[in-house]
Amino acid sequence: MELEYIEKSSNSITSVILGTGSTSLKVGGEDALPFLYREGKNVSLPIIAHEVFDSAPSDWAKSLKDEFKSVINKPIEWALYCKNELNAKLICLRLSSAHPDFGNNSADKLAKLCRDIYAKVNLPMVIIGCGDDKKDNQVLPECSKALKGKNCYFGNTTIDNYKTIAASCIADGNGVIAHSPIDINIAKQLNILINEVGLPLDKVIINPTVGALGYGLEYAYSIMERARLAALMGDKMLALPFICFIAQESWRAKESKASEKDNPDWGKELERGIYWEAVTANSFLHAGADILVMRHPKAVEIVSKAIKELTNKGIK
Amino acid sequence: MFIVGELINGMYKQVAKAIADKDKVFIQDLAKKQVEAGSFALDLNCGPQSKDPLNDMIWLVETIQEVTDKILCIDSTKYEVIKKAVEIAKNKTMINSANAEDEKLENLVPLAQKHNSALIALAMDKKGIPQNKEQRLELAAKIIGFTQESGFDMQNLFLDPVLMPINVAQAQLVEILDTIRDFKILTEPSPKTIVGLSNISQGAKARSIINRTFAVMGLSYGLDSAILDPLDKKLIDAIKAAELVLNKNIYCDSFLGA
Repeated sequence: MELEYIEKSSNSITSVILGTGSTSLKVGGEDALPFLYREGKNVSLPIIAHEVFDSAPSDWAKSLKDEFKSVINKPIEWALYCKNELNAKLICLRLSSAHPDFGNNSADKLAKLCRDIYAKVNLPMVIIGCGDDKKDNQVLPECSKALKGKNCYFGNTTIDNYKTIAASCIADGNGVIAHSPIDINIAKQLNILINEVGLPLDKVIINPTVGALGYGLEYAYSIMERARLAALMGDKMLALPFICFIAQESWRAKESKASEKDNPDWGKELERGIYWEAVTANSFLHAGADILVMRHPKAVEIVSKAIKELTNKGIK
Repeated sequence: MFIVGELINGMYKQVAKAIADKDKVFIQDLAKKQVEAGSFALDLNCGPQSKDPLNDMIWLVETIQEVTDKILCIDSTKYEVIKKAVEIAKNKTMINSANAEDEKLENLVPLAQKHNSALIALAMDKKGIPQNKEQRLELAAKIIGFTQESGFDMQNLFLDPVLMPINVAQAQLVEILDTIRDFKILTEPSPKTIVGLSNISQGAKARSIINRTFAVMGLSYGLDSAILDPLDKKLIDAIKAAELVLNKNIYCDSFLGA
């Protein structure tokens, strides 16, 4: 006899739309845990966001840098490359050059960059600041203004710094990425605070912080799983889609970076990096990730295939 | 907790007057306030003074679904009123209530099933309100048996142990709490449990503190739902805090605002 245990959820995840018109994307809307198509419809598929930097990253592994060699200093071309060659549906633009210690580029310059990329690429965008609160509060509102009405998502907002960014997103019809440090209580608190400022919940995506394989993956996974279970049981303030910055974590792992010469037993450096990214991403798919921010085209290919296999069986 | 707002009830003079005068604004405002305060459903009762309960109920349903898509809990003793209300309602409905009498079950279970309506069933019958836990469980078992045979979705069944006023039947309250826990294990999947919370403080002086104390205790015994005054902020706050302690909701500093 087949043992059957089917859970019905009393709540579903809020659907969030990114972008506008024919290129817009819908994430969230889950009414069951990931890929459990006998328990719920789980209408939206997980989406991969291709990460593009506004300036050449200095700390990337050589194998990864080589992959983007021709575009790494040209963010507009980089984004176009992701769209045309890698079939990207969503761009995650990282404004690291805004940081006072790493370029200190002005709000005007970066706002223009956002506008130019959007004009050329015409895909929904997630725009992430440099992490310096003061500078982000100058830069992100200008970028939001430059993308007024484009329904792009700006972050990171944190529990100590959300008002300025949320207010400009309300004014410009954009949304926010709400970042918490692998802490479910803070994740929920931040969503409430952002909502109290006046941004509707369907304009908020949770960045729960993730860890790479071997670097806290299980802990981050369990926090996401707990949040998702609470959300499906009725907690509306946690019932929002997740964005997971996979590549940022996986390519920081020693296993992705260390050269083959120094560690001959570990195998090829490039393969290690790709698999570290793919395995990390695949794991978070099962924790409920709605958007995976990724880098290496091969890793993207592996994960896209996995998503297809996991969802084809369910969606009739 | 699945909160059913109790305030649209003709037992309250102002509501009775609003129903008699067909004062849409008053009723819609009361509906919106209860929804904002956290109600998942709204109880609708025309009250004893209504001269035309059928048309009053239709008017209430139509008036309220103009301003909310929450579940409408059709509270009437008359089958014709309930039947018509669930037929015309666009919102999901909840029938308040059946009990263990054959006639009630035979009428209301198929009706609820036909309209995918939830059903509240009181653990009582023609003989009146039971005096102990065993009698309550026996009646609940009869209700569950009937609904299961009809193929009724257990998730839509709300069993009510019938809460007694503390100044009338103080000794029964501990048994009622035990009954709530036992209702949940009568079958798998479990039926839902519900009480009319204000009953407990009927005729008492300090009503609010009694209501919220029982709500919190009920939650710890597996109470899923209550018909209550959602504008009693201390009551709602106590429920939210209890749900945190029971690990039903995730803690955060602003949990009262969630």
